[in-house]
Amino acid sequence: MSAAALPGRPVPVSWAAGRRGLRRATRHGLLLTGAALCSGVLALALLADAIQVQQPERMRIRDAFAAPGASYPFGADNLGRDVYSRVIHGARFSLLIGLATVVLTAGAGTALGSLAGYFRSWDEPVMRVMDALMSFPAILLAVAITAALGPSATNAVIALAAVYTPRTARILRASVLVVREMEYVQAVYAVGASHLRVLLLHVLPNCLGPLIVQLTFVFAYAVLAEAALSFLGMGPPPPAPTWGNIIAEGRDYLREAPWICLFPGAAISATVLGLNLLGDGLRDVLDPRMAVDGG
Amino acid sequence: MGRYVARRLLATVVVVWLVTLISFSIMHLVPGDPALVMAGVGASADQVQRIREQFGLDAPFLVRLSRWYAGLLRGNLGDSILLGRTVARAIIERIPATLSLAALAFGLTVVLGVVLGTLAAVRQNTWVDQVIMTLAVVGVSVPNFWLGLLLIILFSVMLDWLPAGGYVPLAEDPGAWLRALVLPAVSLALLQVGLVVRITRATVVETLRQDFVRTARSKGLAGWVVVGKHAFGNVTIPVITVLGITVSLLLSGSVVVETVFSVPGLGRLMATAILARDYPVIQGGLLVTALLFAGVNLVVDVLYAWLDPRIRYQ
Repeated sequence: MSAAALPGRPVPVSWAAGRRGLRRATRHGLLLTGAALCSGVLALALLADAIQVQQPERMRIRDAFAAPGASYPFGADNLGRDVYSRVIHGARFSLLIGLATVVLTAGAGTALGSLAGYFRSWDEPVMRVMDALMSFPAILLAVAITAALGPSATNAVIALAAVYTPRTARILRASVLVVREMEYVQAVYAVGASHLRVLLLHVLPNCLGPLIVQLTFVFAYAVLAEAALSFLGMGPPPPAPTWGNIIAEGRDYLREAPWICLFPGAAISATVLGLNLLGDGLRDVLDPRMAVDGG
Repeated sequence: MGRYVARRLLATVVVVWLVTLISFSIMHLVPGDPALVMAGVGASADQVQRIREQFGLDAPFLVRLSRWYAGLLRGNLGDSILLGRTVARAIIERIPATLSLAALAFGLTVVLGVVLGTLAAVRQNTWVDQVIMTLAVVGVSVPNFWLGLLLIILFSVMLDWLPAGGYVPLAEDPGAWLRALVLPAVSLALLQVGLVVRITRATVVETLRQDFVRTARSKGLAGWVVVGKHAFGNVTIPVITVLGITVSLLLSGSVVVETVFSVPGLGRLMATAILARDYPVIQGGLLVTALLFAGVNLVVDVLYAWLDPRIRYQ
C-alpha cells in the first residue's frame, strides 16, 4: 500500500496518477455535466458580440416591457433594452470577476497558507488574522470593503478575494501540514535543499488537488457574491449589464415584466450550478479522501 | 474540559480584538478624505469641515483608533450620520426582525437539511437519493435574492397568498409575523439546506460503513434504531460544524434577503447604510455581526468537545 492511499493524505502527483485521473474524469457524469454548463456560459460570454440581437445598452422606449418574442427573445426591460443581449453580455462580467477573484485568491491563499503551514512560527499570527476575517459574514465583509473602496469591478474583485482568501489559506495550510511531514520531504531537506526549494518544488505540487477543488468552489461563490453585490448597488455601476444589476433594475417591475428578473437569475443559477458540479466532480477525481462515495 | 474551554476562550478573545481592529480599519481604507465621501456629492467645504469635526476625522489614525476603543468599552459605537440616533440604538431596534428571520430560516435548515440528508444516505443510490441530491446542488446554486423575487411573483403577485414583505413584531400578532416571514425565511434557508443535506448525507454514508454499525445490524436491530440511535452520535459533529457555518451564511444572506422583502432588520440597515455611506453604522453593524458569529463559533467548539472527548485532549 502506498503512502498516497492512506486516508487524510494528499495524493502525490505522478503521470500514472494523472492518467488515472483523466480516465476517471472522462467517465464522471457530474464532472462532464458541470464542464458542459461552464463551457456553454463561457461560449456565450466569448461570442456575446456575435450572437446579440442588439447592443446591450440600446434603448427603444416604445418597446419598453415588450414580452419575450421574435424581436426580443427574453423580452425588453423598462427602457426598451433587449434583456437577452444584456444577459449574454452579463456573462462576461460574471466570468471575468469570478476568474480574477480566483486568481487573486489562489495567489494570496497559497502564500498565506504555505507560510502558516510550512513555517510554524507564522502559523498562529497568520491563522488568527484569517479566523478574524472569517468571523465576518462573507457578503457583509465584501459589501463593506466595496463601500469603502467605491463600487467598481476591480474593487469587487479585491473585496471578494479578501473574503475567500482566508478559507483557501486554511485548506492549503492543512495540506501543507500533512505533506511537510512526509518522508520524501524530509529526504529532500536532508540532501540540503533550501526551504524555498522544498516548499515550491516538493510540498506545494502535492497540495494542488485540494486547492484546485477549493478554487472551483471559490469561482462559484464569487459569481453568486458578485451578483449579490451588484444587486445591492455595490458592483460595476449601471448601465453595466451585470446579472445583479439587471435583476436590481427589474425588481420594480415584477408585476408587469417578470422576465427582466427571470432570465439573468436563471443565468446565474446555471453558471453556479455548472461550477458546483465541476467542483464536486473534480473533488471525486483529484481529492479522493474527500469523495463522498469513496472511490 | 475546563482547560479546553479556557484555551478556546483565549483564542476567541484574540479573534474578537482583531475583529474590532478590522471593522475600524476597513472604514478608514477609504481612499482620499472620508469626510468628503460622507458629505456626499455637492456638499460645501463648510459642511465637509463640520462632518470632519463631528466625527473626529481630523485626528491621526491612532487617536481615532483609541477613541473607537474607548467608546466600545462603554458600549458606544458612535452616531449614525443619517438616522439621527446612536449606532447602538439603531442596531438594537433592528435586531428582533433579523433574529426572527434567522431563527425561522435556521429551523428550516436544521429540520429539512438533516431529515433529507439522512433519508438520502439511507436510501443511497436510489431515485430518492438522486432527487434529494439534485435538489441540494440546485439549492446551493440559486442566488437567494432571485429566489426571493420568484417567490414574490408566485405567492404574492400571482396567487396573492402571502405578503411580499414587511414585518410585524411577534408580540403584536404572531400570525401576521409568521405570514410576513415565511417567504424571506424560505429564500434565506435554501442555500443552507443544500449544504446541510450534502454534509449529512456524506457523514451518514460514512458512518453506516463502520464496523459498529455492521455489528448493530447483525445483532438484528431494526434499521431505524441503527440509524437513529447508533449512527446518530457520530453524525452530529460534522453536522454541527456546518450548522455553525450556516449562522454566518444566514447573517450574510440577511443583507440581501431583507432588502428584497423590505424586512427592517440588521441586514437592511447595513444595505441602506452602505448606499448612503453612513460609515459609523457600517462599522458598528460589521462589528456586531462578527462578534455574534465569533460567539457562535465558540459555542460550536465547546459543544464539540462536550460531544467528543477526543477533541479536548488534542
